[in-house]
Amino acid sequence: MKKGTFLRWRNVYLVTAFLVMYLPIFYLIFYSFNSGGDMNRFTGFTWENYSAVFEDSRLMLIVVDTFLVAFLSALLAAIIGTCGALGIYYMKRRQMRTLFLSLNNILLVSPDVIIGASFLIFLTILGIRLGFTSVMLSHIAFSIPIVVLMVLPKLQEMNPSLIQAAKDLGANQWTTLTKVILPFITPGIIAGYFMAFTYSLDDFAVTFFVTGNGFSTLSVEIYSRARQGISLDINALSALMFLFSLLLVVGYYFISHEKKVESTKKRKEDRVAEKKAVETL
Amino acid sequence: MKRLNVLLSGVVVICILLYLTGARLERTEGHSGSRTLTIYNWGDYIDPALVKKFEKQTGYQVMLETFDSNEAMYTKVQQGGTAYDLTVPSDYMVEKMAKSHLLIPLDHAKLKGLNHIDSRFMHLSFDPKNKYSIPYFWGTLGIIYNDKFVNGKDVQHWNDLWSPRFKNSMMLVDSVRDIMGLALFSEGKSANTTRSNEVQAAYNKLTKLSPNVKAIIADEIKMYMVKEESPIAVTWSGEAAEMLDGNEHLHYVIPSEGSNIWFDNLVIPKTAKNIKGAYAFINFMMRPENAAQNAEYVGYATPNRTAMALLPKSIKNDRQFYPSDQTIAHLEVYNTLPSKYLNLYNDLFLQFKMH
Amino acid sequence: MGKWKTFYLIPYGLWLLLFVIAPVALIVYQSFVDVNGGFTLSNYQNFFGISAYLKMTFNSVVYACLITLVTLLISYPTAYFLSQMKHKQLWLMLIILPTWINILLKAYAFIGIFSGDGTVNHFLEFIGIGRQQILFTDLSFILVAAYIELPFMILPIFNALEEINPSLLSASRDLGASTFQTFRRVVFPLTLNGVKSGVQIVFIPALSLFMLTRLIGGNRVITLGTAVEENFLVTQNWGMGSTIGVVLIVAMALMMLLTGEKKKEGGHVQ
Repeated sequence: MKKGTFLRWRNVYLVTAFLVMYLPIFYLIFYSFNSGGDMNRFTGFTWENYSAVFEDSRLMLIVVDTFLVAFLSALLAAIIGTCGALGIYYMKRRQMRTLFLSLNNILLVSPDVIIGASFLIFLTILGIRLGFTSVMLSHIAFSIPIVVLMVLPKLQEMNPSLIQAAKDLGANQWTTLTKVILPFITPGIIAGYFMAFTYSLDDFAVTFFVTGNGFSTLSVEIYSRARQGISLDINALSALMFLFSLLLVVGYYFISHEKKVESTKKRKEDRVAEKKAVETL
Repeated sequence: MKRLNVLLSGVVVICILLYLTGARLERTEGHSGSRTLTIYNWGDYIDPALVKKFEKQTGYQVMLETFDSNEAMYTKVQQGGTAYDLTVPSDYMVEKMAKSHLLIPLDHAKLKGLNHIDSRFMHLSFDPKNKYSIPYFWGTLGIIYNDKFVNGKDVQHWNDLWSPRFKNSMMLVDSVRDIMGLALFSEGKSANTTRSNEVQAAYNKLTKLSPNVKAIIADEIKMYMVKEESPIAVTWSGEAAEMLDGNEHLHYVIPSEGSNIWFDNLVIPKTAKNIKGAYAFINFMMRPENAAQNAEYVGYATPNRTAMALLPKSIKNDRQFYPSDQTIAHLEVYNTLPSKYLNLYNDLFLQFKMH
Repeated sequence: MGKWKTFYLIPYGLWLLLFVIAPVALIVYQSFVDVNGGFTLSNYQNFFGISAYLKMTFNSVVYACLITLVTLLISYPTAYFLSQMKHKQLWLMLIILPTWINILLKAYAFIGIFSGDGTVNHFLEFIGIGRQQILFTDLSFILVAAYIELPFMILPIFNALEEINPSLLSASRDLGASTFQTFRRVVFPLTLNGVKSGVQIVFIPALSLFMLTRLIGGNRVITLGTAVEENFLVTQNWGMGSTIGVVLIVAMALMMLLTGEKKKEGGHVQ
């Protein structure tokens, strides 16, 4: 009985949390079908706002560019970040490790404005033309630390004897990396990739500083459009983006779920390897 | 590892696809020719039909980029990463950019139609010989009110804003000079004053305005006033013009005791690559029929005297936006303050916001 | 081994040098430069000398604490309940999904929801309370800020909950502890690290929020971030902006030092 009420409260709480999280988004989506032109009164249903989005070739170009930057910068950030995590993991001295981690976290916690301003100064010194390259470099730069933070705990979770075991079994560095370490930290890398992707999609301030030459991302475009009074095209666009993200998440879930079975199998293998390692010791 | 490989190749494929789509879209957008003219303008500050007309007449491809504050524009031009051929700074920013050697002097021999510009708006303090700039639009600072909630008679002067009946009912534009300025104007002082005691007195007076202030924001005021979120706001005439279009209950007042007059001006920044195109565009915009069309679209006041004559009566006789000569005589242009005083203004404004 | 280590550190070290150390050095350098480009200490004198800046710092810290607290109070139960669900990974993804909708869009949606003619006020009218000023109040600012930061708090707590060995829970139950006792004695202490990193991730950005102070707070709330933005973008006093930036960086370093030390202790348990 008591457990039943607890469960009920739990569900009520979760449902409320979900509703609150989605409230602004549903609000935007709801009015994207409004023919009235504003977000105060719903006057009638229309698809017009959606067709306007697809007819606006500049907007479509910006959407494509935004996703290109997000996918690519997250990829590069994931690669560099994983390298960094490995490098930090292998460090012997604790002070060095703390130093690197502190440096790593600076960008994570600095205000966007500072990052944007300092990158702008810095890119100017380097003589890099503002546009795709500068935005890409900046997005990679501010996404790296979150990847490190996602990968490092996975590395620390890994039993060091695993690597020792691999070495004892005659594996070279490359095989150890690809057969032992990387598979183990894959969830961390994927989580890092997703966070980096999110950061990139969500960023406004840094991009605002470092963009130029006609290159624009959605955030910057939305900012300049929304200040002229909200236009429901933007609502329609956010509805589409939301749908896309939803598909991505469900897709991701099924990919990782499929692997669940595999990973439990994997865990067993790990244990076997561990045991072997202990035995060899 | 297999999983990582799958994801990695998936992402790479997506990137390639996105890149290809992007390239195709770019081609349809037509951003490839070498005869491009990059204009760095305020958002929604030119009639798109005019841009098309200009492209058709001259064969240049116009690339429009927008900024939202003089300072953001200044930073970008100074950084130099983008080849802006034309930009539109306000008065004080023209002075600042000229001082920082960011502007290319105009060759008046290449300008056609300068005679159309109202002589009252030439040779102003920020650019005495129009060496760098040609006025594009001008306007004022004033009070906008909604006649559903406020009687027009009650908000004719700056001092009216302090009335206790307007508790929590006004929005101010987020701009140091304008807000410190309104306090100074209300005391009959110059908004360019460098007397510390006057500035301090203005601040003390402002703190008493605090209970009446709902928010200190910028462009959003437009949306809020149209949606009747607030009965009163202090903002610029151009913004006001757009608000009036959106809600018939709104009215704009320029307090007769004095206010600010500002100018947005066409200049050629030193980043310019297509200087010939920039002159072509300036000349195109000075042609009366084009200036009039632009003024009708944007809703700001044109400095082009001949163009003004072409405007419909309802616009050119509107005292809200083309004030009488008598009112204009009381209007003041902001000068660039020495940095010491600018910091004083800034610090006091920050304190006012926190009050 | 040594060769591999350096190989890992090449791209990462390059990044650290170019995009972390160089910009921070530039900012520290800028903070000692006056408007005319000469060396000066006046920015720091101003910061610690003018009461407005100290008041602002104090206000920011108070707001950031409140935001972090509200975020934590909402996030912990959410993460806890989520971790008990079937398909929890899917639910977790779904709850972070709104993060992918642009922050500006969400802010604009909230303006609509909170405005005088908005959804919340319609509701308040409906239940007979009548219209209230919600937008441009401290309350709306804190709520929206907490909303934005929620996922960043939920994630680390959820991860910490996931790491708890289930056998510990069954052991506790076998020993006769109630659900609440188990939670208080076993679960909560074990998730403290998650809470700490959540607080870390939320607190500093909350200290330096700037877009929301204007859009939702109507600039009646001024945080350190607002001041940085003002100084960089509006008044162009880069020296002062950098000085506040340095203060923020120092605050962050202190914070890391404080929470980092304790983390190590937690590490010993393993």
